[in-house]
Amino acid sequence: MRPRTVFAAAAVTAAFLAGPAFAGPTLDKVKGQGMIVCGVSTGLAGFSLADSQGKFTGLDVDYCRALAAAVLGDANKVKFAPLSAQQRFTALQSGEVDLLSRNTTWTLQRDTQLGLNFAPTMYYDGQGFMVPKKLGVKSAKELNGATVCVQPGTTTELNLADFFRANKMQFKPVVIEKLDEVESAFFSGRCDAYTTDASGLAATRVSKAPNPDDYVILPEIISKEPLAPAVRHGDDEWFDIVKWTVYALIEAEEKGVTSKNVDEMLKSDDPNVKRLLGVTPGMGKSLGLDEKWAYNAIKQVGNYGEIFDRNVGKNSPLKLERGLNDLWTRGGLQYAMPIR
Amino acid sequence: MADLAESRLAPSEPLKPPASSTGVIGWLRANLFSSVWNSILTLIALYFLAVTVPKAVDWLLVDATWQAANGRECMAAAGGACWAAIGEKWRFILFGRFPYEEHWRPLIVCVVFVALFLASCDRRLWGMPLLAIWAAGLALNALLMWGGVFGMTYVDTSLWNGLPLTLILAVIGMAGAFPLAIVLALGRRSHMPAVRAVCVAYIELIRGVPLVTLLFMATVMLPLFLPPGITIDKLLRAQVAIILFAAAYLAEVIRGGLQSIPRGQYEAADALGLGYWQKTRLIILPQALTVVIPALVNTFIGTFKDTALVIIIGLFDLLMLANAAMTDPNWRGFATEAYLFVAAIYWAFCWFMSKYSQWLEADLNKGRRR
Amino acid sequence: MAIDARQDGIRPSRASLVNDPNVRAIFYQVVIVGAVIALGWYLVHNTLENMARQGIAGGWGFLGREAAFEISETLIPYSPADTYGRAFLVGVLNTLHVAILGIIFATILGTFIGIARLSTNWLVKKLALVYVEIFRNIPLPLQLLFWWSWLREATPGPREAWHLMPGVWLSNRGLVYPVPVHDPVYLWMGAALLVGIAATIGVKRWAKRRQAETGQPFPTIWTGIGLIVGLPLVVFLLAGAPLTWSKPELKGFNFAGGASVTPEFTALLVGLVVYTAAFIGEIVRGGVQAVPWGQTEAAGALGLSRTQALRLVILPQALRIIVPPMTSQYLNITKNSSLAIVIGFPDLVSIANTTINQTGQAVEGIALIMAIYLTISLSISLFMNWYNRWVALVER
Repeated sequence: MRPRTVFAAAAVTAAFLAGPAFAGPTLDKVKGQGMIVCGVSTGLAGFSLADSQGKFTGLDVDYCRALAAAVLGDANKVKFAPLSAQQRFTALQSGEVDLLSRNTTWTLQRDTQLGLNFAPTMYYDGQGFMVPKKLGVKSAKELNGATVCVQPGTTTELNLADFFRANKMQFKPVVIEKLDEVESAFFSGRCDAYTTDASGLAATRVSKAPNPDDYVILPEIISKEPLAPAVRHGDDEWFDIVKWTVYALIEAEEKGVTSKNVDEMLKSDDPNVKRLLGVTPGMGKSLGLDEKWAYNAIKQVGNYGEIFDRNVGKNSPLKLERGLNDLWTRGGLQYAMPIR
Repeated sequence: MADLAESRLAPSEPLKPPASSTGVIGWLRANLFSSVWNSILTLIALYFLAVTVPKAVDWLLVDATWQAANGRECMAAAGGACWAAIGEKWRFILFGRFPYEEHWRPLIVCVVFVALFLASCDRRLWGMPLLAIWAAGLALNALLMWGGVFGMTYVDTSLWNGLPLTLILAVIGMAGAFPLAIVLALGRRSHMPAVRAVCVAYIELIRGVPLVTLLFMATVMLPLFLPPGITIDKLLRAQVAIILFAAAYLAEVIRGGLQSIPRGQYEAADALGLGYWQKTRLIILPQALTVVIPALVNTFIGTFKDTALVIIIGLFDLLMLANAAMTDPNWRGFATEAYLFVAAIYWAFCWFMSKYSQWLEADLNKGRRR
Repeated sequence: MAIDARQDGIRPSRASLVNDPNVRAIFYQVVIVGAVIALGWYLVHNTLENMARQGIAGGWGFLGREAAFEISETLIPYSPADTYGRAFLVGVLNTLHVAILGIIFATILGTFIGIARLSTNWLVKKLALVYVEIFRNIPLPLQLLFWWSWLREATPGPREAWHLMPGVWLSNRGLVYPVPVHDPVYLWMGAALLVGIAATIGVKRWAKRRQAETGQPFPTIWTGIGLIVGLPLVVFLLAGAPLTWSKPELKGFNFAGGASVTPEFTALLVGLVVYTAAFIGEIVRGGVQAVPWGQTEAAGALGLSRTQALRLVILPQALRIIVPPMTSQYLNITKNSSLAIVIGFPDLVSIANTTINQTGQAVEGIALIMAIYLTISLSISLFMNWYNRWVALVER
């Protein structure tokens, strides 16, 4: 007697399988899909934030769009995958996303142990503290005994403990994974101070505080936080593209190429601009891209300065200074390697 | 004479019970003040109600703000709830980041799910017709959610948020868990020691750990389990975790049903010359499953509530959206209202299902009662 | 041929091995076990390969490394300079702490609700019903978030804290209260408590035997209370009643001294208790209702008082029905305490989560959580099964 009936069951789940994606060399995969999958933050004003209609905006988001324009010729061919701090590295390692553009700090351990390659820094940041004005605190050194709200699983949490240890001070952390909740906890007075990257503090203060003037950001910056896009180890071709797209955006600003004047700039006599915009061919081909790669990125998204001003700088609610993120020619750290 | 006898024999008017044991007063005496201890309890309860109910009603209704341009206006108004915040955010809480102009699609999906639930309550449809109805309903819902045809834009699963997400996770979770649970329950009652051991190990392992760890596994470890390059949709991963989790609990419910089948049924089936699978499919399972239908509904309620845990792995379910909606600086500080709104939705679903399960249990037991 | 076949048929052997149920059973088992092993091997193989490819170093070495993150609530001393292993231990203790308190309070509240559901008082009955119907049907994470946000919003900051009682303050940093400063005498008091418990058990055995032999009852309960409370008290007084209080004082940002309960802990405990009590209430109600009314009447006919009837007749029978579902509720409390991660209470799961994020040791971290939860679940199951057998003995 052999079993004549087998309970067939998998039909329902099979309908749900969204065809597994094979990550070979990432560029082929991206071109095959006609879309870049970009891991971004679940919500951080100025860097990656979805509005009520589900559209993402921000510095990290614009970089992904610029990359899509460079690789696929269309800045809209990006799928944004919002990732929590916990999920981001696994998502990249497993090939779920093609790159991580998610205010991620470049550290040695991540570069090595987690198997990441970091592109040039998109935003030089540092960790700071925000406190309610009414506490009357003027310096982070006065925070002994304070309760501090912090998100777990980030370099922030470790820097915080280091800072208090180094200064022989005590503190109580309130550790909450969801950004929304950690902010709510701070604004409802559960903590005396909230710590994260200074840009994040500014964003939170402007976009989430009931009344921004009731809160001050303390002057101390307790860490270096270079926020950079990251890709997996082992695909150098893709890494090059991600890396040089950042440089192209910076180079464009340095040479005064903007989304508005990029068409006129095609007629420029400057050999640097000619190479950048593909008037003198060769650069795109070396990267395995169309010669118009940088032109498309700049035309559709803008140069680094435009992206900065639009999302976090003077044209945004955050109104952050360029500071370290200014061009090297103006005393900042943004320095594009020669495109030639 | 006769008249006299008759009048003497005629029953006199029955005496009415004393006024104190009928009507409102009687009811009060019997139910609220039957003894000193009872009276004290009643007074305590009344005091509790007198303290809480007016406050709650004031906050919820009387002092509530129904119209306001932003949160500050709400704060400035009377100290009640700010339902204007919900009025502003309800679409976001229900459907999240699904493209705004296309919100009619998840709305229909939710309506279809509710209709399917209602159809499932009708016992005349049980069996093949119901299965067909569900298949059609789910196909329609899949079409509406994904789109990409008939002029509907394609919507990625990462934008399936809110109530449709909750319903999908719960329904597919249960549907997927069901076959697995049957296999596990049969395996646990198998005479083959190795099969039994495997099933027991699975069931006890899953039931011994919280759902959170399974969800963690699905998000963090699953990518490591799969061969390089193969990735699975984030939603599907959570769905798999819920299916695996629900299956262990469901298997125990079904095992309860299997145990309730008298030995005679097995022996009779054997005597008829039926094989194991024929016996199980034709004789045992139909009876065992009928017995446990109320428990199945209860497991479904559990699964439905468990879907709220996906907030931990960052899926945008109702709860996550309620949180997200209230971080809008224009509407900050109305978390309580948002939670109550979401709680009301969950409650309505769960309460209805639990009432149905109770009714069904009583109804199914009618035939059993002797 | 036909004869041969008949001759074959005479022997009670099977026509072929394929139809031998025993052989088939072995075959199926080999196939299933083989499939399980193959699946396991496949997953492990993939995991190892993936980890090697990504350069992730496996192993348990990370447990000995410096954790470098702070934990807000600890039952044992901990600092960021301690190891990940110790951080895990802190998490396990926090989980056990909230689970044990949750089990105790949920049992008390649940029993109360269950009895209220059976009350003859209409109002009390309906209130209990409303309680059960509301809290049973709302997901626990939602309830936790609700309590937590409510605790934060409704209470003032530490500088405007409510002064509830002398030394007791309530603010959005939690409840702070004075505690006695540790004194060596307290260890002796603990020992006295154990002696008291042991003596009570002895007295109970003796009283039972005496009652069985002579029919004389003995006030075991009062003796027991006297022993358990009295002995430590005597030790305390003999030692000269050493008692200094550590009182909370507002220093800088927060209260220093005394002990405190944070809003996260409170929200988690309240959420777990309120949610589970709704289920326990129904279990208790079902258990008591399942004991036939005739039992109560029979107990009355035997001349037992109401309390005696409850204690000796009703309760033992009700417990038989109550204990198994109660076990699964206790397990649920323990497992549900992992939802602490939603509101930032540093339980096992949230500390493991932080560890996984910091070290990238996802496989080890999750394996460790599962192993610990399985151990806890198994211990509770074993204890409750033992208790169940003990209760079931009454049935004979």
